Amino acid sequence: MRFVDEFRDAEQARALAAKIAALCEPGRQYKFMEVCGGHTHTIYKHGLEDYLPESINLVHGPGCPVCVIPMGRIDDAMHLAAREDVIMTSFGDMLRVPGSNGSFFDAKARGTDIRMVYSPLDSLKIARQNPDKQVVFMAIGFETTAPSTAMTMLRARAEGLKNFSVFCNHVTIVPAIKAILDSPDLRLDGFLGPGHVSTVIGCRPYEFIAREYGKPVVTAGFEPLDILRSIYMLMVQLAEGRCEVENQYSRVVPWDGNLVALKAIGETMELRPYFEWRGLGFISHSAMKVREKYAEMDAELLFKVPGVRVADPKACQCGEVLKGVLKPWECKVFGTACTPETPIGTCMVSPEGACAAYYNYGRMERHRVPVTIGERP
Amino acid sequence: MCLGIPGEVIEIRADQPDLAKVDVSGVKRLINIGLLSDDPPQPGEWVLIHVGFALSRIDEAEAAAAMEFLEGIGQAYEDEIAALKESMID
Amino acid sequence: MTAAHAGPEAHAGSEAHAGQRSGQPEARQGRDAYAGRDERERQVLERIDRARRRRPRVREERITMAHGAGGKASRTLVEAVFLDAFRNPLLEPLEDAASLRIGEPGAEVPEARVPGAGVPGAEGTRLALTTDTYVVSPLFFPGGSIGELAVNGTVNDLAVSGATPLYLTAGFILEEGFEVADLARVVASMREAADAAGVSVVTGDTKVVQRGKADGCYINTAGVGALAPGTSLGVARARPGDAIIVSGPIGDHGITIMLARGELDIEADIQSDTAALNGLAATLLREVPGTRAMRDATRGGVATILNEIASDADVGVLATEDAFPVRTEVRGACELLGIDPLYVACEGRLVAVVPGADADRAVTALRGHPLGTEAAVVGHVTDSEPGLVRLTTSFGGTRIVDLLVGDPLPRIC
Repeated sequence: MRFVDEFRDAEQARALAAKIAALCEPGRQYKFMEVCGGHTHTIYKHGLEDYLPESINLVHGPGCPVCVIPMGRIDDAMHLAAREDVIMTSFGDMLRVPGSNGSFFDAKARGTDIRMVYSPLDSLKIARQNPDKQVVFMAIGFETTAPSTAMTMLRARAEGLKNFSVFCNHVTIVPAIKAILDSPDLRLDGFLGPGHVSTVIGCRPYEFIAREYGKPVVTAGFEPLDILRSIYMLMVQLAEGRCEVENQYSRVVPWDGNLVALKAIGETMELRPYFEWRGLGFISHSAMKVREKYAEMDAELLFKVPGVRVADPKACQCGEVLKGVLKPWECKVFGTACTPETPIGTCMVSPEGACAAYYNYGRMERHRVPVTIGERP
Repeated sequence: MCLGIPGEVIEIRADQPDLAKVDVSGVKRLINIGLLSDDPPQPGEWVLIHVGFALSRIDEAEAAAAMEFLEGIGQAYEDEIAALKESMID
Repeated sequence: MTAAHAGPEAHAGSEAHAGQRSGQPEARQGRDAYAGRDERERQVLERIDRARRRRPRVREERITMAHGAGGKASRTLVEAVFLDAFRNPLLEPLEDAASLRIGEPGAEVPEARVPGAGVPGAEGTRLALTTDTYVVSPLFFPGGSIGELAVNGTVNDLAVSGATPLYLTAGFILEEGFEVADLARVVASMREAADAAGVSVVTGDTKVVQRGKADGCYINTAGVGALAPGTSLGVARARPGDAIIVSGPIGDHGITIMLARGELDIEADIQSDTAALNGLAATLLREVPGTRAMRDATRGGVATILNEIASDADVGVLATEDAFPVRTEVRGACELLGIDPLYVACEGRLVAVVPGADADRAVTALRGHPLGTEAAVVGHVTDSEPGLVRLTTSFGGTRIVDLLVGDPLPRIC
């Protein structure tokens, strides 16, 4: 596959791994956070850590949109979905996430009409086919996905569709990164920036990370060689004493993002004063809601939403995992009480979550690929 | 979730210019290209697809530059391994 | 950005960074999450392994689609509900077909209950018995229909247990309002498939339920086959050093069905691989009599079978991602939908375990048959990491291939 296979070449990975190893200062430990769950997935799915020296640790950040939705919001959504006059739609990943009374799949088994969609636009099709029902799209995702929801809303208005609304749970990545940077027990050497979010917001929003927090950022693509090269770029910055925002994923990410997409989001949505994140708590200006102008499509106004709040389970240490203080396997309940079938915490609920990725793909003794050149002084 | 897949635009729908047919490794689907309305992609160009929308255009020149870098270090690595082997023979 | 950015933590963060830059190892700066990591990680892995070997329990209050998807939930349901209730030595191996001895001293079937027991010639006859139910939607799809599946699927369960399929039963559950013309089409395709596989449908049953209580037409078939003396296949027989072979491209059926439902609006030139595998299986057994096991890769895909080998034989499995034959279009659809072809169903592919020394011979034998032209060795059985399936990725790294969790492809066979 073009633009995919050429970025999965094992020979080039070995060469890049040698360059990375050669940049490691003896005795120093490096910790880089990949912000995006898509990166976490790539890292585990391709076994990328086999190419990294033991002194480089990857910390799996908060960028799994499914994982960060708090249980209370899921309970709210299920409350909506349980109405006789509602068909709820969402992405497949979302449907597995448990609320306090099981997942959407469990609710479906109890008779609730919940449907998986590939694209938000599919919800419009369902709305047209079911004029006597209200179709509520449970919107989740970072800035990558928000434009698709926005375009769908614009389309619904243009068509004059009256029975489509959005239960908006779109979140924004920068406040979450900031919350992590402000956490006192954090120790990171740099960030792999979220590539697909950046296609929309560009690379400028990360400049404060380099400027104010002194951490380099490299916006990274999603193939394993993209990630390896981004780690190399971070190592070069550290070695040269630079601290900047760089764009490894320039084939897809324009430095200024996608202005049409930003405009569509701005037209239909606005920032919430605060939003609760699973594992991270309340974060200011970290999520979006439907703008008043589009009130007729705001499920939170159309229906009575109970506004449930559920505390994160006590046994779960997802907050620490998200901040990189703990590795997934260091959590007390990891792999025993908390598994992908019976997830307790946010990081286990989606295949992109750090704990699920480690459990599904990385639960073994790792044998590093021998690197010839890096071993030499 | 943040899945973005490269696909080649093969046809723009004449009746609905915000829709394009893309080809992903032999599989075809209509996607919405409204997010690229500033400079709509043409058949033969590649886009990144996310939940049924083209999110970004794939820049061939940038991709080629990235490949060149990777191939370059691959070659340097091969050369160095060869040199290392040679020096061990001595 | 706001003033909060310049808070005390921010400075602490910058200082830590500066400290590291001067070359001071982070481990000396206070509590370190990674000290002694390897040993502790190993202990955690052992703890997880113990947890995974615990007796399965169904936690859900109601059946969900995942219970039918062929992955972890299906296995849990079978073991915790069905095996627990019906437990007996014939059921316990959970092979695709049960192997029955009739009229033989020490046989599992009491002699008194076997008509004809003691009759010369009937002694020691071994039968393979299996059953399967088909609820695929849509009923007709590129490459086949529910009728072909209902015959081929049951024939294949017999074939991979080493038996020669002989007779089938056919039970139909029809929904009120289902078109008779469609039923006739389904039945005609069953007849053709049965002829092709060399089996006869010898008894059957029909029930009709009210409109809305079923989805057109469901079919159950049971099958009986004859086992040649000495045939004893089973994934529990896999030994370190054995080779694992897949008979052709994987995932064709599952992707065809997903696309045929039309919900994804994806078009591709691809069709189901549904086929009777008895000829292919017999060819393999003839050429490689030492074959340890065969399975047909249906729901849960090839990944599920690799896991069954690892867990039932308590061995490790090491597979190579690049070795799996996958059609371009299947790969494209999988990338687009974010699913892994290893978990996508086939209906005409078998997975075989053969002694390592016989691997080439087995591949040659399979490739000589029209249904096995793209057969390939995809992995080996190892003595390290028992119970785990590991995959060497195209990228050169290693990862685990676990049982499927959840339900990416509901109702595909």
